[in-house]
Order: sequence, then structure tokens, then C-alpha cells
Amino acid sequence: MLKRLLAAVLVGLCASTAPALAAPTDSNTVRIQAAFEFSSLDPTRSGYVFTRMQLLETLINVDDQGRLTPGLAASWQVSADGRVWELSLREGVRFHDGTALDAQIVVDNLNLALGKPSVLQGVPITAIETVGTTGVRISLSEPYRPLGAVLANYSTAILAPAAVDADGEVKALIGTGPFSVYEITVPHKLVVQRFDDYWGRKAEVEYASYLTGHRAEARVLQARSGQADIVFGLDPASVPMLSRLPNLEIVRSDLPRTLALKLNAAYPLLSDPRTREALSLAIDRLGIAGAILHAPEAATDQLLPPYMADWYVQDVQAARDLERAAALLTELGWHKNGEGLLEREGQVFELDLITYADRPELTSVATAVQDQWKQLGVRLNVNVTNSSAIPAGHQDGSLEVALIARNYGTIADPLGVLMKDFGSEQGGDWGSMNWSNPAIQHSLQRLTAESDPERYHREAQQVARAIHAEKPLIAIAYYVQQSAVGKRLQGFRFDPYERSYFLNELNWR
Amino acid sequence: MRRLLLKRLLQLVAVSWGVGTLTFILMRALPGDIAYRIAASRYGMDAVDSRAAELVRQELGLDRSVWATYWQWLGDLLQWNLGTSLVSGQAVTGALWHMLAHSLLLALVGILLAALIAIPLGLAAAHWGGWLDRFTLLLSTALRAVPVYVIGLLAVLLFALELDWLPVAGFGTPAHLVLPALTLALSLAAVSNRVVRTEAARVFDAPFYEFARTKGLSSRQAFTHHGIRNIAAPVVAFFGVQLITVVEGVVMIESLFSWPGVGHGLAHAIFARDIPLIQGTALVMGALFVVLNTLVDLACHSLDPRGGQLS
Repeated sequence: MLKRLLAAVLVGLCASTAPALAAPTDSNTVRIQAAFEFSSLDPTRSGYVFTRMQLLETLINVDDQGRLTPGLAASWQVSADGRVWELSLREGVRFHDGTALDAQIVVDNLNLALGKPSVLQGVPITAIETVGTTGVRISLSEPYRPLGAVLANYSTAILAPAAVDADGEVKALIGTGPFSVYEITVPHKLVVQRFDDYWGRKAEVEYASYLTGHRAEARVLQARSGQADIVFGLDPASVPMLSRLPNLEIVRSDLPRTLALKLNAAYPLLSDPRTREALSLAIDRLGIAGAILHAPEAATDQLLPPYMADWYVQDVQAARDLERAAALLTELGWHKNGEGLLEREGQVFELDLITYADRPELTSVATAVQDQWKQLGVRLNVNVTNSSAIPAGHQDGSLEVALIARNYGTIADPLGVLMKDFGSEQGGDWGSMNWSNPAIQHSLQRLTAESDPERYHREAQQVARAIHAEKPLIAIAYYVQQSAVGKRLQGFRFDPYERSYFLNELNWR
Repeated sequence: MRRLLLKRLLQLVAVSWGVGTLTFILMRALPGDIAYRIAASRYGMDAVDSRAAELVRQELGLDRSVWATYWQWLGDLLQWNLGTSLVSGQAVTGALWHMLAHSLLLALVGILLAALIAIPLGLAAAHWGGWLDRFTLLLSTALRAVPVYVIGLLAVLLFALELDWLPVAGFGTPAHLVLPALTLALSLAAVSNRVVRTEAARVFDAPFYEFARTKGLSSRQAFTHHGIRNIAAPVVAFFGVQLITVVEGVVMIESLFSWPGVGHGLAHAIFARDIPLIQGTALVMGALFVVLNTLVDLACHSLDPRGGQLS
């Protein structure tokens, strides 16, 4: 009975191209566990799961250094004025249902994505049209440098025409990747099978399954018992125990994601940059990174990681200095009262911080910051809520401080995210808030049109220095992703941009 | 009998309306902007921003008045339409069946296992008393005192990690059902074995039971003819109540074992403010409550018809 009911919610079953493979079993399936559910089949919503499982592909790919490489587009040119991008599609690409990829399909897909909330909507696009059967032309109202990286984002993945109904709703997952759908149960189970007509490197493993493991503890147990071959997002505290097991390998990877405090610069207590500097100096980053994230080397006071070299400032340090912090605040008229809290004109230095529980470390870090600021004399009230409270609080102006984990790699070129986060005085939902620095805001606008790498680097450095100095956001630590990989697999590698699990490069030992 | 069923049917309608309306009011009363919550669940925490929330608001017409939304829901309900999920855009009924089937399966197997553990243990404790009674009391208290996920974790550590007999978590094969069902059964049996024991002790000490023994029936005859039925009536009622709480209340077990049931789904839906899914789930749970209650009443009546005509 259960089977029948399950079958009722099976959404896509690609039987047409199914080769004579045995059914998926433990011995021919790479079993993957990760924390994320997919609430829908639409790539603009849950595409990250589908590109990682290699069902869907994008026009452009990104290597682990963040450089753009050909994907479904074999090559692309940008016109001299930066306003026209022409992509020529790879030949011989087939969808899982046998349809051949052509320019019309790509144009339809991009226009569809343009109508849904996705990174494409931030691009000043005026037209997307075909050039013959294998060329696609994207015209812009003004130059937009990160477009290439946007076309590498999961929300712009290309689906077969049969996958989308007349209303633009995605009804099935028919892509071009090295794997096709075998079974899908929204929102937590996905089984993919090898696609033998893939244009690129064909997979060696026959099947791979993706199961959402909501609880970090359960995922750790799955890894420990060998019932999952690859487990992503391990709880840092469990890593020492897991790395002692003979059947597992723990892979540590840096992510372009940063743990940071978002501050409302218009809030009276936070409007002076010296206050923000003092709050930053009072944070023991090394302690937080070491004790909570189990990765002391991840401590940082910069938003972007060293490998995004244009945006990383070389010669600054992230040491804690409580005395200087206290001195800065004394300078601003604060003094400690009988309870050890800072007071000025009868007002206690008290802030409300919101953070969200989706990432377990955020709540621990929030309480650590609470304690460290208390030593400075600042009372911090921590409120754990839903992630959406942060953009909502930004928009209605009620937010004071938020602890966030911002991904600067959703688009491989961080400029796209930085534009969104720091590009205007209001700032961005996940970026600065009421931080006014017109020069920087102007710089960011100019950078989108800059094509000379030397000038780009110089201007980007200015922006990075300003953000570091004036602290509209206070960075605390980078993210380190720990994954457990069973020894029966080889060829695993982790994509820091989290676009692909590279399942087609895996093989059985 | 017919009067009872008719009455329960009316109750069913009243409960459905009441539960649906109450959930509607409660969800509206929760703090936070619904559009943002839904956007967060749809697009993931990295992509939720005010633009996504605005699009969600427009698409779902969240600006409409509370009354308009409420009448629409009621109208849809009268046509047996539970609507579509605000997050996934799929029909609520589909998601509900998927979750409900898993929850009912887990609940039934759990209750069955619990009965298999609790009934012999309770009877034995009542029959022999002494150290066995005290031991089961101690064990029951201990099991009841620890949160159910601790029992689950211990079961996982033992059966999945040390012995490697069963999978840690997941669903899809019978083997995946064993540990969650066992965990559930242990926590249920911790209470129900004491109920069985108390009821059995009451019957064993009753004058009618003593009379049955003095008139010459063997202990086996006395038990089958005069014991079982008398013990069963309250025990069945208790199991019935347990079954209902189990169907809706096993969130911890479901998320520990990645079991896609109603409790877990409901918790997620509430975080996401997926109102149609919450209403649909609450509605079905309310209806299930009435139906199971009716079944339990019928079973109890057939076990003990002395109460007279069912009404």
C-alpha cells in the first residue's frame, strides 16, 4: 500500500531513455545525505539540489578558482561596449528524453527564469534572442560584468521543452546532465541514474540517491554506520570522532560563505563607526572559530576569503583587543554602571540580535558574541527566529543586529552579491543597512562595467578596505564544510561554489 | 448504533470546521510576515529577500483581506478541495496522503509492538507481583522519564551502529520501519504496561473473579472467561487514545529517523507558514480523532455491552 501511495507522489520518471540497468541497490548506488530539502521541481527555487545531483546543467560552469569555463555554451563573446553577450551552444547535446539542445530552447528557458525571482532579475537585460540554431544573444541596457557568473547559477539551468507546461510551471526534471531522474519524492528523496548519452564525461556509478537528513546527529550516524556514502554538512563537533573511523575519509573544504554580524548603521547606538569598531574588537574570533566551528584558521574579520583576491585585504589582523574597544567607547561618552553595563546619559548600551536556527552553529555563535560583548559592557538580547526575519527586519527598519551566514559564491563572481548587499545607501537585505558611503556605492556601480583587470583590482580593493574599516558588517569566521566520504568510493571532490557533487567522476574502489 | 454514527458524523463536521477555523486564526495571529516565511521555504535561506517575498505576496494574493481568504478556504473545503501548498505549489491532498500513510504505518506498527510488549508484561506483573512488578515499575518510570529521542538514539547506537542490523534512518523498506517503531513502542509500552497491570490486578482481586476460582474453574479458565474481557475494555480505550496522540505527536521520532510523517511535515509547514497544508493536516487529524474515537467506543461497547444501547 505504501508503495502505491509513494508512487502517487512520484513526479518525474524518465523511463524513455532508461537503459538496461539493474534496479538501484546499496552496491550500485552512491548514497548521499545532506541537510537541504527541495520544495519544488522549479530550478529557480530548488535548482541547487538538481545541479548538484547533476540532473541539470547551466550554460557556463565555474572551476574551483571561480573562473568561468564552458558548460552548455561552448564559447561566448562580449561586445566592446559590454552590452551584448553572444553565446554559442555546444553541439551534440541531448536531453534525457532525447530532444536535441538548440538556441530556441535556451532562450525560452532564460526568459522563463527572468520572470521568476532569481539572480537573473538583477541583470539589466533588454532582450534574449536566438542567433541561428546554436547562438544566443543577450542584450543589456548597460554593461554587466557578472552576467557570465549569473549564467552559471542553478536558477538559469536549462530544461527540456517537455519539462515545462504551458503556464511555465516545471512538471518534470528533464535536463542534460550525466544523470537522469529515476525516482523523486518532493521534498526529501531523489534517486538519479546514469545517462548514457551524456555529451561529456560519462558516469561510472549507475545510481546515486539523495536523502534529506534534517538532523545533524542523524547524518553523523549515517556516516558512522556506513549507510551513507557521502554525508555533507557534518556537525563540526562530530568531526574528531568520525575521522578516527577506518571506513571514512573526512574532506575539509573552504566555502565562500562568511559568518557575520549585520548592523543597522542608522540605529542611534550603532551609527558611529567607532562603536562598530569597538564591537568588532570585542569579539574573540579565534575562540569562536576554534571552539564552535572546530576550525581556528577560519577566524577572520573580512567578508571575502583570500582566494577572492580582488576583494581580500592582505595586511589586516583579526585580534581581540578589549582594552582598545573599551577606550573607543569611553571616547564616545560611555561609562560602566554598577551592573558592569555601559551607560550614557542614563541609557544602557543594549542591543537586540536576531539569528535563525537553520544552521545549528549560528545559535552557538550568537550566545558566544552575547557573552563577549557582555565583557565589554554591552547587553545583547539574542532572538532565534526564521531566516526571513532578517530581510523583513531590514525592510521595516526594525533590525538592530543580525547574525547571518552570507554566501558570496551563489554567483561565482562576488560582485553580483556585493552590488546587492552594498550597492545603495539602504543596503541589501543580507548586506549593509543604512550605511552611507557614496564613493563606495559609486565604485561598485562602475565595477560592473570595468573590463581592465588591473583597474578592477584597484577599485575592488578600495571597496574591500572601506567595508573592513567602517564595518557595516562585522565578519567573524569563514565557513568550512566537512564532508564524510566512504572508503569504497574514490574520485570525490568538493565544489566550493556548491554547484555540483561531481558524481560522474566517482568510481567504486 | 445508527444514532451514534449520525451523532459522530455531525461531530465530525463540527470538529472539521472548528479545527480549520482555529488553525486559520492561530496562523494569522503568529508574528512575522507570511510572505517572507513562505519565500524562505521556497527559495532557501540564501535566496530569501524582499523581492522574493514581494513576488510571493503578489502571486498568492496575500494582500487580500482575512475574510476573503477565510471564505475562499471554507468554500473550497465544501467542494472537498484542500487547496495547494503555498511552498511547493502542489496539491495538499497529495502531500497529506504521503505523510499520513507513513505516520499511520509507523503508529500502527508502534502500537502493535507496544501491545505485544505491554500486555504480557502487565499481566505477568499483576499475576506474580513481587520483584517483577517492582522491576517493571522501575523500568517503566525510567523509560517514561527520558525523552523519546534519547530512547531512539540508544536504539540506533545499539542496533544500527554496534550490531549493524538495521539502517540508521530513512524510509522505503521494511527494515527502515523497525527502529522508529520500536522506539515508539518502548515509550508507549512504558505507560500502557502499567495500565494493563492495574486493570489486571483490579480484575484478579475482584469478588467475581474470586468466585469464579472458588466455583472450581482453573486459573486458565477463569482468565479466559472472566478475565480477558474485563481487563480489555479499559485497556482498549487507553490504546485508542494513545494511537491518536501517536499519529500526531511523534515529531521527534520522525525527524530523528528522517521519517516523512505528519508530525514532522506539520512542524515544517508551521515554520514555513504553509497555511493550506497546516489546515489540511489539522483537519485530517481532527477527523481521524473523531473516527478513531468512534471505533474505540464501538470496540468497547462490544467488549462490555452492559452500558445499554449506544447513543
